[in-house]
Amino acid sequence: MELLTNILAAMVVAGTPLLLVALGELICERSGVLNLGQEGMMLMGAVAGFVVALTTGSLAVAVFAAVFAGIGMALLFAFMAVTLAANQYAAGLALTIFGTGLSAFVGAGFVGESINGFERVAIPLLSDIPVIGRVLFHQDLLVYFSLVAFAGIWLFLHHSRGGLLLRAVGEDPEAANANGLKVLVVRYLAVAFGGGMAGLAGAYLSLAYTPMWTENMTAGRGWIALALVVFATWRPERVLIGAWLFGAASILHLVLQGLGWRASTELLAMLPYVVTILMLILLSFDPVRTRLNTPLSLGQPYRPSH
Amino acid sequence: MTAALRLKLENIVKEYPGCRANDGIDLTVGAGEIHALLGENGAGKSTLMKVIYGVVQPDEGRMIWNGHPVTVDSPARAREMGIGMVFQHFSLFETLTVAENIALGLPADEARDRRKLDQRIREVSGRYGMALDPRRYVSTLSVGERQRVEIVRCLIQESTLLILDEPTSVLTPQEVTALFATLRQLSSEGCSILFISHKLEEVRSLCHNATVLRQGKVSGGCRPGEVSAVDIARLMVGDDTPISTQVSAAQAGDVLLGVRNLGCKRRDPFGTSLTDVSFELRQGEIVGIAGVAGNGQDELLKALSGEIRPDRGSMDLDSMRMNALSPAQRRKLGVAVVPEERLGRGAVPGMSLAQNALLTASGQDLVDRGIIRFGRVRAFSREVIRRFGVRCTGEDSTAASLSGGNLQKYIIGREALQNPRLLVASHPTWGVDVGSAVAIHEALVKLRDEGASILLISEDLDELFQLCSRIGALCEGRLSPLACTAELSIEQLGEWMAGGFDSGEASHAAA
Repeated sequence: MELLTNILAAMVVAGTPLLLVALGELICERSGVLNLGQEGMMLMGAVAGFVVALTTGSLAVAVFAAVFAGIGMALLFAFMAVTLAANQYAAGLALTIFGTGLSAFVGAGFVGESINGFERVAIPLLSDIPVIGRVLFHQDLLVYFSLVAFAGIWLFLHHSRGGLLLRAVGEDPEAANANGLKVLVVRYLAVAFGGGMAGLAGAYLSLAYTPMWTENMTAGRGWIALALVVFATWRPERVLIGAWLFGAASILHLVLQGLGWRASTELLAMLPYVVTILMLILLSFDPVRTRLNTPLSLGQPYRPSH
Repeated sequence: MTAALRLKLENIVKEYPGCRANDGIDLTVGAGEIHALLGENGAGKSTLMKVIYGVVQPDEGRMIWNGHPVTVDSPARAREMGIGMVFQHFSLFETLTVAENIALGLPADEARDRRKLDQRIREVSGRYGMALDPRRYVSTLSVGERQRVEIVRCLIQESTLLILDEPTSVLTPQEVTALFATLRQLSSEGCSILFISHKLEEVRSLCHNATVLRQGKVSGGCRPGEVSAVDIARLMVGDDTPISTQVSAAQAGDVLLGVRNLGCKRRDPFGTSLTDVSFELRQGEIVGIAGVAGNGQDELLKALSGEIRPDRGSMDLDSMRMNALSPAQRRKLGVAVVPEERLGRGAVPGMSLAQNALLTASGQDLVDRGIIRFGRVRAFSREVIRRFGVRCTGEDSTAASLSGGNLQKYIIGREALQNPRLLVASHPTWGVDVGSAVAIHEALVKLRDEGASILLISEDLDELFQLCSRIGALCEGRLSPLACTAELSIEQLGEWMAGGFDSGEASHAAA
């Protein structure tokens, strides 16, 4: 029981950065914009958060810095892909390459430094619930934020006018424009939100998960998030399941080694990626539900006619 | 009309690169007036509507709304003023519910209380005889129901001018009657209606006044109830174009195609499954399949062309079982297909006409052991252009550069020159100008007289009644009996289109 609780708690922690970035990308894609720059935005968030935490000593300021770094990167992308209606795939890839390089450059002098990252905070009463209390309510603040963000996004998508606007713009920007909606504004906001969440996800890595900075420390999570959103058929509840599944699989090899299993480390390190995608492919098998949640205009630039 | 002036347009000019879509158009619509805007495709109707609705900005001209000069810079502004528009291709979101779609067009404070909005939708739709369930997803609605959503949306926004773009082209005759009753009720309550159509009989029965456009200019105005359809048609097409084809009686021969109990489960979640479709097609006859779009027409065409394989039943061409044959094998047997979408399925938009000829006509000695014989390809293409009067700069022009009518003439010509035994044509004159439509009809009749069997899938009932010797209707993937055109009333066909026939009873009423 004790072991299971520990594994589940570690799963949530390992899945949180993926959850944050994937939720942001979900909102972005629901507006019809595909931003392949997640990895770059996450890295910029991670380095900005770490550098600010080290120089100011304040984790709160560091988190804000990370979020703004992500938003800044996202706005750069939005200018290319939304305002200039450039090819979204090319612009997103460029953003990742740019973010990878820039974060390495900025962080070069900070490799090997260390900070005191986020501590666990037990929520009174709730953390006393058996198993669930330890797993969900004895974590750090950013984990709590990811849960709140999940609930907020779920409500936003299904029960708010804003969510309706977002879904409408993502399905058919031409029709949305004919209905008097401001397509470009909605898309800008969605992209910026995605950037902020990616920055935060990066900060989680450098401020909580492993409080330090190393080059390329996101290790492909931005790419996994992109796949996660698609296979989760743009539904937040499935993004949550997928992210935690990824978390579970990524700590599994530690557990297995602890239990004395002998298997290739490389194979085990591959496991989370394979398990997550296989599971989500199986989940996304209902064509009607999938069709109802797919943003049809995804990846297509929208140019208002004159 | 003595009523107050609702909308007045003065000298509207809108120029696109290479074409003056609107060239000095004047138009007035009174309060409570149903005003028809007539014209062929490309006459400038759509552009003018977009100008009124604020989708595009005119280069010159004034718009006066209820006596005040206005500038409509966006659809949102147009709606604020009380202009509602129902597009031909609906601007609805399939993945949202009826109520969500309507909420999107309302100010935030009016849309917040969903229960109240549901109530209002039921009220308005009930009052005008257009039953709607606010909680249903638009993807599950029929085309007629979707149109109701669009109209109810405009009414809830309290529009005082309703623009309807070809609203009847997607409806059954019964639905058209119901729509007209609604429109007359609205008009009597003071709502103005701008009715865009090219169906002249409908315009004559419904509209108070008409403005006719030709090549971007107003070619005349009239009171449609007081002049004949031919007079209006003359205003639309000018003096030198024939208005209709004279069709001789068909001499049907032996049965060529036998389809028995054909069943196809749908592949696309929003598609239609074919169930128990049976019919026979004789040599030298044209058989028409009517029906509202999305009732299995596309699936039937694909099953016959070989793009999808049926799950049940059989298709025999002469005595040859076609079920498992590929499209290429069927083409060799003499099956030709003219799909609904000209650009994309009938022709590759970015390729030249000659290259497009090669796509289906490669069997006409245009390829020698895998090597293309370009001389022959061009000669074949030139022959199509010459024989079918395709207006273009030559066989090197791209398919996308041709007007709809000319490209369609080219596609039909390409198939006709291969002497098909069976031609399946879907909506061949959809969105085509009158002159080209006449040419296309003549080509089909000529092919028929040469002994070919033609299956004509169309939503245009006039076209079906004019060309076909027998007609049936598809509804939800089931085929009605086929009846002799001479013995079939338009009301009967309308009932069939709405599903009013016994399933599985494939009696050929007059085979």
